[in-house]
Amino acid sequence: MYAFDYRRPASLSETLAYLREKPDAKPIAGGMSLVPLMRHRMADPAALVDLAAIADLKRIEASADGLLIGAMVNHFTVSQSEAVKLCIPAIAQLAGGIGDPLVRNRGTIGGSLAHADPAACYPSAILALDAVIETSARAIPADDFITGMFSTALKPDEIITAVRFRRPDAAAYMKFINASSRFSIVGVFLSRFGNGVRVGVTGAGQHAFRPRALEEALSAEFSPDAARRVAISPDGLISDINGSAEYRAHLIAELAARAVTECQAGRAGAIL
Amino acid sequence: MVMARISLTVNGKPVTAEVEPRWPLSEFLRDHLRLTGTHVGCDTSQCGACTVHVNGSALRSCTFFAVQADGAEVTTIEGISDGETLHPMQVAFHECHALQCGFCTPGQIMNAIDLVRREPDLSEENIRRGLEGNLCRCTGYYNIIKAVAAGARAMREQAG
Repeated sequence: MYAFDYRRPASLSETLAYLREKPDAKPIAGGMSLVPLMRHRMADPAALVDLAAIADLKRIEASADGLLIGAMVNHFTVSQSEAVKLCIPAIAQLAGGIGDPLVRNRGTIGGSLAHADPAACYPSAILALDAVIETSARAIPADDFITGMFSTALKPDEIITAVRFRRPDAAAYMKFINASSRFSIVGVFLSRFGNGVRVGVTGAGQHAFRPRALEEALSAEFSPDAARRVAISPDGLISDINGSAEYRAHLIAELAARAVTECQAGRAGAIL
Repeated sequence: MVMARISLTVNGKPVTAEVEPRWPLSEFLRDHLRLTGTHVGCDTSQCGACTVHVNGSALRSCTFFAVQADGAEVTTIEGISDGETLHPMQVAFHECHALQCGFCTPGQIMNAIDLVRREPDLSEENIRRGLEGNLCRCTGYYNIIKAVAAGARAMREQAG
């Protein structure tokens, strides 16, 4: 691993000042993606700015219309949080199924979203829950946040501070897991709001996306069969050792159908 | 080379050292403190052999830099027994024959102790899920699962 400098500022303003002064520096949250990349020499930041000491990034706040999770809250904490379980239990379900326990003890919601792995779980949730990504500079609607594979709308000196989720009437996250990597082969997050259904898909494409045909069909008729009747196009989906594009297209509709069943039964989803 | 000065507690003892920011905690523990009970298996965040506790929660010490542990309390496999008296989880691994080559065992035990903290319901399914981050190439896991169940019972009895 290449040498690098290290800072752990206690405030966001110090962190941002350092990032502006040192453009080759990179913020580090839980490090569950960044550190393996550095160890493989696929990333070589000149410096790491550790966000661990900024207390303001560790809030969880639930209200009648939504949930705010600070960027540095780790997956274990989200999975166990009574506030999360009461407000949007599907988020607790999602967080409890990320990686393995050692990853969940360290990995954070902000880190996961900033990294934007095409098979990570959280990107599907921000799309389906119409979330807003709050940063040090602005509030970014989820639909504008992920711009490509491992790419986001974040600027180099911009840090996610929190994620604000809308509270749905019902939601469920279905994860068809790769037993080895523990990422999703396909993950489907489905949310039902008063004005319609939103679906976020991860693992299937170059980045997380919303299958509009499924959303329209389920907004018109909220039933498992309505999801299964939608023919998802395999165009642009990933084909690899874990499954062809056609197989992933099938999984999107099937997992959405099962997510509907979960919602109707008052459950928050499952790992398959 | 920019060195960083860190002060931390390792197995209850205060330690102050000059470290390079790029040193993984595993390297610092093994090469500089000579605490070689923490094993490095894959060194790429897959296998869990290097699991230690930092501020009471288990993490892979190959994927965490020593410099990040400044101010923290670190516990390794060397720090869980009381002299010759083994930790209840160590006793359970011994009694259930939960190891063959033993390479993954320190990480399994450190994660298992944290699992008892994290998981109120230690059903077999939850133990299996709780051990997902620790690979063992010898045992087939059956005796590890038995040991974790027994060790957890002993820990909870001890805690009252």
